[in-house]
Amino acid sequence: MTPVTAAQAKSKEKDTLLPDRQRALLRQMLLIRRFEEKAAEAYALGKIGGFCHLYIGQEAVAVGSIAALRDDDYVICSYREHGQALVRGIPANAVMAELCGKATGCSHGKGGSMHLFDAKRHFMGGHGIVGGHIPLAAGIGFGIKYKGGDQVCLCYFGEAAVNIGAFHEALNMSAVWKLPVVFICENNRYGMGTAFERVAALTDVAEHAKSYDMASAEVDGMDVFAVYEATQKAVAQAREGKPTLLEVRTYRFMGHSMSDPLHGVYRTKEEVEEQKKRDPIAALTHHLRDEGTMDQPAIDALDAEVHAEVDQAAKFADESPDPEPDALFQHVLAD
Amino acid sequence: MPTLTYRDALNQALREEMQRDPTVFLMGEEVGLYQGAYKVSRGLLEEFGPQRIVDTPIAELGFAGIGVGAAMTGLRPVVEFMTWNFAVLALDQIVNSAAKMLYMSGGQFPMPIVFRGPNGAALQLGAQHSQAWESWLAHIPGLKVVAPATPADAKGLLKSAIRDNNPVIVLEGEMLYNTKGEVPDGELVIPIGQADIKRPGTDVTVICHSKTVTVALKAADLLQEAGVSAEVVDLRSLRPLDETAIINSVTKTNRCVVVEEGWHHCGVGAQVVDIIQRDAFDHLDAPVLRVTQADVPMPYNKVLERAAKSSPEKVVAAARRVLYLD
Repeated sequence: MTPVTAAQAKSKEKDTLLPDRQRALLRQMLLIRRFEEKAAEAYALGKIGGFCHLYIGQEAVAVGSIAALRDDDYVICSYREHGQALVRGIPANAVMAELCGKATGCSHGKGGSMHLFDAKRHFMGGHGIVGGHIPLAAGIGFGIKYKGGDQVCLCYFGEAAVNIGAFHEALNMSAVWKLPVVFICENNRYGMGTAFERVAALTDVAEHAKSYDMASAEVDGMDVFAVYEATQKAVAQAREGKPTLLEVRTYRFMGHSMSDPLHGVYRTKEEVEEQKKRDPIAALTHHLRDEGTMDQPAIDALDAEVHAEVDQAAKFADESPDPEPDALFQHVLAD
Repeated sequence: MPTLTYRDALNQALREEMQRDPTVFLMGEEVGLYQGAYKVSRGLLEEFGPQRIVDTPIAELGFAGIGVGAAMTGLRPVVEFMTWNFAVLALDQIVNSAAKMLYMSGGQFPMPIVFRGPNGAALQLGAQHSQAWESWLAHIPGLKVVAPATPADAKGLLKSAIRDNNPVIVLEGEMLYNTKGEVPDGELVIPIGQADIKRPGTDVTVICHSKTVTVALKAADLLQEAGVSAEVVDLRSLRPLDETAIINSVTKTNRCVVVEEGWHHCGVGAQVVDIIQRDAFDHLDAPVLRVTQADVPMPYNKVLERAAKSSPEKVVAAARRVLYLD
């Protein structure tokens, strides 16, 4: 077992990523941020229904980790997966249309915010039962290995999923069978309104890897470069049949879902404000300015470009049709 | 025609499908080295190796989910549960992952997976090991559910299940593994969704599946002695249900008894009765009666257990009532 330490994960990778790639990471993070802001707006207008879990504050996790993947690798997520879907390359149009339940959505309006899928891009879904998709990730790893492939599967879940049996069963079998999976725990501190330390005997999630003789690392989830480097290392190990558990420390700046309060009984406004000082996008833009990679006008121009893309996505979703009535009975069973 | 046990017929189906298609693999507790808790997988590890005959830890939720994930990559997993009583731990994966994947992905992820294992009460195994789960599973859109009663049906339906592009639940009768029957040589594939008339008759229809087919056939013998001709309709498949076969038989006999291993409340028989009252109402000469397990957890005591289960005598009594003989 060779655990990657937090200190190691504090990366020098930012120095080796080419400026173009750094700009691309910023663009992806901005795209998620602006997309989620637009989704909140659409939700408030009643265009998006049901549950809608936003990713604001956690952008560096999806962006940094997926940057370490090849196109033929796999990604599977919980229900807070808009960010991963966008970074994996599902067009903002198709994601927004899905949130709005439209026929042009990436799940043809049958999935919604929590069930984004794109088979072509190996985006294996958003899944709505906490922890339920973690064994699926192991199964995808099993399928890769069975067929002799060298792809990996990244599996995202929140820290609250660590208390579920499925997490432990999946990690154990992944370690026993040497499956090419990287388990990424996005520790944003709260399972809905319950602080992790109130319900978890062990709050250092990465420590759970020891039970399964698995490599692990604790990573600063507000530092996109740290996430990238830790994932890159874990992915390389996974391709050799060695799964890893990454605990990525992050924070959500929004409520659990759009129906939940930002703060209140479970966390204070002051805490949220304090955490916003760690904003991963601000951290990245600071870095890019400091290094002279981008100046403020360039950053503003990129932001405007992303804004336009998101506005277009909202327009596309608005103008898209609902599924045809007979879609109701389609895809219950395959032929 | 060769005679095989139900167990060996299932074994043949697995072996033939694994020979035919390299994407088929079997996983579950004790399926490999131990040769299967009920010996259904005997000899398969030797033939196919540990890559394809995968011994799992006791972690039903986990390995059922691994099966689902593997199916998402295009494999055809056969997930064996040592019994369906343990599969309840995996119900989240069966119901929330396998059954819904195609639908909620808008048709992108078919789910060619089989979940199989013994179902129904055996002998004196106590409350937690003596349950029939079909009404739970047949309730779920996105699943297919079969419950074969004979070795030939077991083989033919398991082969269909493995080739199906949907999640198929195969409920094997725990008391049927040792039963013998003729199994035709060569390719035997029985389409899912077709009932089978196990004994033709004219006076009363007895609808059954899995182990209760044996019960119904014995009841039909007893009724014959009293001059009553009973038609025994084996559903074989519980989702989809062969509504035509049900209606055709009831239209002919005008009287019906439905027998099952499960509990009465919300049971499979309730669904069958719903079909009959809707589509054969004018043909009925008596209310349809049901024979089920007593509405209690299964007791351990042998006498109480016998009292709780359906039996040929209970089916005969119900048949006589719908014939107004008593």
